[in-house]
Amino acid sequence: MIDKIKKIIKDFGLSEIRAGMKITGKQLTNDKITVQFPEERTPISPRFRGLLALRRYPNGEERCIACKLCEAVCPANAITIESEMRDDGTRRTTQYDIDLFKCIFCGFCEEACPVDAIVGTHIFDYAFESREGSIIDKEGLLEVGDKHEKAISKARQEDSKFR
Amino acid sequence: MWQGFVDFVHQLVPWFDGGLADVLIVIIKGVALILPLIIMMAYMTYAERKVIGYMQLRIGPNRVGPIGLLQPFADVFKMMFKEIIFPSKANIYLFVLAPILAFVPAIAIWAVIPLGQNFYITNLDISLLYVLAIGSVGVYGIILAGWASNSKYPLLGALRSASLLVSYEIVIGFVVVTVVMAASSVNLNEIVSSQSGGIWNWYWIPLFPMMIVFWISALTETNRAPFDVVEGESEIVGGTHVEYSGMCFALFFMAEYINMIMMAALAVLMFFGGWHSPFEGVPYLQGFFAFVPDIVWLLGKMSFFLFLYLWIRATFPRYRYDQIMRLCWKVFLPLTIVWIMVVALMTQLHLGPWF
Repeated sequence: MIDKIKKIIKDFGLSEIRAGMKITGKQLTNDKITVQFPEERTPISPRFRGLLALRRYPNGEERCIACKLCEAVCPANAITIESEMRDDGTRRTTQYDIDLFKCIFCGFCEEACPVDAIVGTHIFDYAFESREGSIIDKEGLLEVGDKHEKAISKARQEDSKFR
Repeated sequence: MWQGFVDFVHQLVPWFDGGLADVLIVIIKGVALILPLIIMMAYMTYAERKVIGYMQLRIGPNRVGPIGLLQPFADVFKMMFKEIIFPSKANIYLFVLAPILAFVPAIAIWAVIPLGQNFYITNLDISLLYVLAIGSVGVYGIILAGWASNSKYPLLGALRSASLLVSYEIVIGFVVVTVVMAASSVNLNEIVSSQSGGIWNWYWIPLFPMMIVFWISALTETNRAPFDVVEGESEIVGGTHVEYSGMCFALFFMAEYINMIMMAALAVLMFFGGWHSPFEGVPYLQGFFAFVPDIVWLLGKMSFFLFLYLWIRATFPRYRYDQIMRLCWKVFLPLTIVWIMVVALMTQLHLGPWF
């Protein structure tokens, strides 16, 4: 009986409603946690796996030796490699395509690569305007690698002591 | 000032007889009311997104114009240039009529809302009844929209809204009865006038439970969260709005927001002394605030209630349909009837400064 009366007083006193509105009212003046994306970015781990890229050695020679380990390990069959002997007798790729629709950014290719040629960059906000644009070829991958070489090597440096 | 304006218009069109000038005055009055109303409605949507964003630790729209202030206009232009899609099996005439039927009563109600001392379109003797009557017509818009869409979710939404609005109109009717008993008038102007003399003379004190009941019913009448089962995104997609696009949808949207502003105005007029300053009769403050025009007091109080709309929406999850019905028939209706008795008693005893 007493509990019932207590409940009636509580209900008609709108105590739950007041408690709820107090919480939202408090949040109204709190600091906002929104990150204004294109201008501000959240910090990214050195291990972040974004758009793939092919690296070069400091002397400008491309690293990839067409061992096709990445092609073999790729769970989504996103990588297509053709290779040939170059004039100087080394084995190099003639075709290195990655289908970004298929790629699941698992990073296995990077783990498999014996010469650290294929790497995941920190780029995650890329776009292409046609369906064919999803296939990024060797030149494109090398271009991405050249453009972001500093960031790539820095991330590798930071992560090296945990590997 | 008003008489001067009328004379001015009459002088402006001397080559016609007085009839045309009178029509012109009516049109000018209407435009002078509707334009600010629509701008208010537009910025209500902005305020809604901003306030709810802030309560959810976001910052809301901030891209169009400084701090997003031009966002409503971007929305308006988007709406205007969108295609209006007619479902192939819909009843086109009713489909187009429905948003108009929702929008026109929402505007028409404002004809009798007094915005200040002697500042209104018409001074109707039964203005409070007019508000209730025209407000009920707005339901037809929603019901027709649900029916004419020839689609199941809109029909469900329409059925929900029909039963909901009819139920809550009874409660609002009873609440209005208590106000009418207190003011012994159905004229909104006189209801406000009888509340003159500072914050303690307003009706929110003797009619406090009725004020809360009225406000919760107002949320339901305007289909606002947490009672927005008519739209109920998670249950019936968008209710009556499902098949509507472009300006047809915009009319529903505008009707909803204008009704919100109207309900806020009504709450202020009935319970919070309308355009009266809260410092009337307080020795120093009254003189200090004497320069503030009465419409500012009204809009200030209204904006608090509009903020309350957003605050409530940001706080509470949607009610289950049967719970809303239970709240109406088993809680509010008995409560209002009991309070009518209490108000009758208070009027007989000529209690306090109110009666």
